[in-house]
Amino acid sequence: MEISTILDLLANALVAGIMLGGFYAAVSIGISISFGMLDIANISHPAMIMLGSFMAYLINSHWGLDPLLIMLLIAPLFGLLGMGIYRVYFQLFESREKDPRRGLAFFFGLLFVTDVLLILFFGADLRGVETSYVDTVLNFGVVGIPLRLLIPFFIGVLVVLCMHLFLTRTFFGLAVAAVSQEPLGLRLMGVDPVRVKQIAFGLSVATAALGGAALIIIQPVEPALGREYIGRVFAVCVLGGMGSMSGTLFAAILLGVAESLTSTFVGPSWSPAVAFGILLFTLAWRPAGLMGRS
Amino acid sequence: MSSSNLRFYTGLLIAGALVFFGVQALAEGYYLLVAFYILQYIVLATAWNILGGYGGYVNFGSACFFAVGGYSTVFFYKLLGLQTLKSLDCGWFVITGPYLSYLIIPASVLVGAVISGLMGLGTGYLTLRLRGVFFAISTLALTVVVQTLVLNWPYVGGARGAYVMRSPSVAGFTSTNEFVFFVMLLIAMAALAIARSVERRKLGAGLEAIRDDEDSAECSGVPTLQLKLQATTISGAMMGAVGALFPFFVTFVDPIGAFNLVHTVNSIAMPLIGGMTHWSGPLIGAILLGGVQQYFGSKNMVTPELSLLFVGVLMMVFVAIAPNGILGLWQRLRGKDVK
Repeated sequence: MEISTILDLLANALVAGIMLGGFYAAVSIGISISFGMLDIANISHPAMIMLGSFMAYLINSHWGLDPLLIMLLIAPLFGLLGMGIYRVYFQLFESREKDPRRGLAFFFGLLFVTDVLLILFFGADLRGVETSYVDTVLNFGVVGIPLRLLIPFFIGVLVVLCMHLFLTRTFFGLAVAAVSQEPLGLRLMGVDPVRVKQIAFGLSVATAALGGAALIIIQPVEPALGREYIGRVFAVCVLGGMGSMSGTLFAAILLGVAESLTSTFVGPSWSPAVAFGILLFTLAWRPAGLMGRS
Repeated sequence: MSSSNLRFYTGLLIAGALVFFGVQALAEGYYLLVAFYILQYIVLATAWNILGGYGGYVNFGSACFFAVGGYSTVFFYKLLGLQTLKSLDCGWFVITGPYLSYLIIPASVLVGAVISGLMGLGTGYLTLRLRGVFFAISTLALTVVVQTLVLNWPYVGGARGAYVMRSPSVAGFTSTNEFVFFVMLLIAMAALAIARSVERRKLGAGLEAIRDDEDSAECSGVPTLQLKLQATTISGAMMGAVGALFPFFVTFVDPIGAFNLVHTVNSIAMPLIGGMTHWSGPLIGAILLGGVQQYFGSKNMVTPELSLLFVGVLMMVFVAIAPNGILGLWQRLRGKDVK
């Protein structure tokens, strides 16, 4: 390969990686909130993302709505779903005893059951959405940016930004940050910690709807695709430091670039291994994350 | 040997003999198949329970440990050219065709166990010093990555999978399948004996202390990391052993079947449903849940997806209303206090 070709490839891979990273932030932020701030081990989040993708597919194929609009319509529903799940989780596990295994098993069951239900209803075929912009590519010199990557990138950045502002600038947001550390303090200030957790968990599940719709804009989906995202979302959250919004975005972009480079220069079939490599290295040498205060 | 040990081992031998001769007497391949799968799940569930039930660390990578065992068989089979081996000359004696399986199959099981055990040790060493949930996440992601490695490794068949040609007959058994089944039965019996002895030794007591309160255990001088690593290694090795045997039974391995999340779900659901505090819990869970799945599956009454849905829902119901599984329900019924 000539140097100029390699440079072209490198530039394209870098830009695509950054775009992909923004999207990874959108799918990871819900986990970062539930694990990092609420202390709820919601490992079913990747399955919720797939559910979001298939909702978007269903509405798009029936009524032809744009995924961006669908995303705003289904996010509140996912929020309610999340609040319902937390209610059940609280009644059955959190309020009773501190055996983390049972909570994990509950969410793993949820992951598995959602997965199987999606396979039962939709089969293993690839499903995509039809929009006017999926095939458009913006060209800047040698670098081409497909809109199907650019839009999810903006969704991710916007979600992270909104969450960051919400969590640092509002009273409720600050209560969320305090809820797993100082439930008693919150109670003394007249705030019900259970209610705070319920709403915050609803928000974290609602981001799965946004992430799911973004995913189906990027590529057609099938139920088993969710498994690839298990490694990715956790790698992002651990690397970024659980509960840190800016860390999540930074780590997501790092992962996106690493995957994109691997995919361009080594081969696309190797990219799922990148996330795990990052995850394991972080856990072994910097478990609090790149920006975490251990 | 104490009387309780004597009772246990006598019971185990009698049960093993009953299963083996029972299946032989039924003389139908179907029962051999069903019994093989149930025994396989007994081992997977028991292995999971050593770390998950006694120690409280949830492993979501059963499928990965199982598959690594299976692929170690595929790899060494190809590397050593065992596909076409007719007889083995050991200098002063020669092992001929019908006796080769006596050497190859147990050796493969041993190798698979060692490799999976080492993988457990490695993963555990990197992640077990952290909160339990990080170990759980790592094992979940580990499955995806090892699967990626195998998919990209043409030597072991890549995405297409690989065949393992076994010898057509084994001396002393009516079929090769029967011999493989016999080995499976031995592994299952060994697994139960190992779980029981772990439970009764310092390792089991230490793991229990870790499960109840790891910080207190550490402060009281329990070598927590060392015990957790021992448990992960034993558990991984047991899963690898059944994984290594599996290719000899089905003669074909592919990534989708070997790394299937079904192995993971079952090996968690079975101890949860049977009971996690005693070695008999995973056994009960595996017989019930494995039996139900095999029954419905073989009669074509429901699709595989529906039977998986059943397993998933049942697991959630049990974890919600009967945290100590069937054993816990039984103890409550007899008025004993539940741990």
